Amino acid sequence: MAHTAASWPEAQILHQVPGAAVASLETVNKNYGDIRALQNFTFTAGIGQVVALLGPNGAGKTTAVKLLLGLIQPDSGKARVFGADPTSPQNRMRVGAMLQVGRVPETLRVREHIELFSSYYSKPLPMSEILAVAGLEKVASRKFGDLSGGQRQRTLFALAICGNPDLLFLDEPTVGLDVEARRALWDGIRQLVDRGKSVLLTTHYLQEADALADRIAVINRGSVIAEGTPAEIKSQTGGKRIRCETRIDLNTLLEIPGVIDAKRDREAVEIQAREAEPVVRTLLARDPSLSGLEITNAGLEEAFLTLVQENNEDQPE
Amino acid sequence: MSTAAAILSNAQIERSASHTVAIYLKEAKYELLKSLRLRVYTLSVISFPLMFYVLFGLVLNSNGSIGGTSVPTYLIATYGTFGVMGASLFGTASGLAADRGLGWLQVKRASPMPPFAYFFAKAILSMIFSAAVVVLLLVLGISFGGVRLSIPETAKLIGALLAGSLPFSAMGLAIGYFAGPNSAPAVINLFYLPLSFCSGLWVPYMFLPKLVRQIALGLPPYHLAQLALGTVGAGRHESLLTHWEVLFAFTLICLGIARMGFQRDQGKLYG
Repeated sequence: MAHTAASWPEAQILHQVPGAAVASLETVNKNYGDIRALQNFTFTAGIGQVVALLGPNGAGKTTAVKLLLGLIQPDSGKARVFGADPTSPQNRMRVGAMLQVGRVPETLRVREHIELFSSYYSKPLPMSEILAVAGLEKVASRKFGDLSGGQRQRTLFALAICGNPDLLFLDEPTVGLDVEARRALWDGIRQLVDRGKSVLLTTHYLQEADALADRIAVINRGSVIAEGTPAEIKSQTGGKRIRCETRIDLNTLLEIPGVIDAKRDREAVEIQAREAEPVVRTLLARDPSLSGLEITNAGLEEAFLTLVQENNEDQPE
Repeated sequence: MSTAAAILSNAQIERSASHTVAIYLKEAKYELLKSLRLRVYTLSVISFPLMFYVLFGLVLNSNGSIGGTSVPTYLIATYGTFGVMGASLFGTASGLAADRGLGWLQVKRASPMPPFAYFFAKAILSMIFSAAVVVLLLVLGISFGGVRLSIPETAKLIGALLAGSLPFSAMGLAIGYFAGPNSAPAVINLFYLPLSFCSGLWVPYMFLPKLVRQIALGLPPYHLAQLALGTVGAGRHESLLTHWEVLFAFTLICLGIARMGFQRDQGKLYG
């Protein structure tokens, strides 16, 4: 075909820069009337990565996705996808989106919906493959209105992937689904990641971000308040909790490198540390009589709640 | 990394003209299929004008005449206008309002669908349902009302009414961009029913009160009805050009309003 790299300077650039951005928001502000949806929002999704925008409802996740899809325009700042304007026809061809939808035409069959959306793209995936990845083989001939909640979400997922896009936006893909349906959709998403697709997903399920994402951006009140790998996000609020009975007093404990916090809890002490091993080594060396040692993970959920709470305390309404 | 880079560099982005045409046709095909399966829509849009015609044109006044034209012939033109208007308004406005208000249109806009394919499909749908109403009216009139029209007359009547579907599809877009998903049918009727009455679609123009007759001259359905009546030798024999001009201007105004709504949507929050 005549239209390859020559008509695609952005693709050329990306080709040469490993880890280049597929999608970015640069100091974006977006208000809806008096409501501030995003404030000085800066964010980048890298090539071949799964990035999760994690935050409570109303944090601005959906707004970020809509800006990157060119469905809305920023008040200030820039939204770029593949180095170009998100609304460009070239970008539309390379992007798939699963959005939160109130009503989908109910009288069309699953297969018909997919066939229509596939027709928009130049190189769609074969129908059988779309149905397989989305797990819809058994319900392909059903009308959308006759589907269960999980099947409806999977149909929307199928519409997002049918064009074999390089970048996939998933806005709260598993909201309202039961555990089984959620896991089925996760499997579908992982299959795409294995094919080298970049994925940007929004969720308020911490477990979902932890299970799927290479990188998480925690969002609260329209700003990114923390960013990193799931492990880094966890470590930001003290990655491990160490509990033990010891003669060492609290002040001494707090001076041990790696200890974030220590407090007395009945007869034991509770220590928060970035990493458990060096701290435990020191503890055992200083107090051979130490007993009742327990080490637990500070979960992502805990990390997330701590981050959001700290952020809310910093900026009272 | 190399996989991802390869994917980025072999992106296929151009679409041929024949591919674009195929998308338009497919969009229209599924719009039609979607609506045909919605029995409520199909029945109400088609059956109301037919019921009115049977009652007032075939049962009650079938031997009468209006200005030298038999009542069954005259009423095919006016109820035809009424039917075209209903099929076009409901065919565009209610679907658009629901698609917009409940997020489906955003899914479509985020895809590489050519934006006009969506509107094209709605216009085609409106025209097909309009054609169904007009043809059924003719079948009823010819079979039971003694309507006798030459083939050129029949063709001109159908042609005028189908062309008249476009201004009301444009009006449907304007309504669809401003009405809420649930209130759209009520808003449509708020325009549809008074406009129909005041334009002489239910009661022939000359039997309307004087004030209403004056208002009618400014209403688009009046001009479409006069065009349709003209093709069967009835109506008020005004300048055809004026009728077309009014309908054309009305179409442009409605498209302008729809465009404002489209732009307003860009800054709006859903859900």
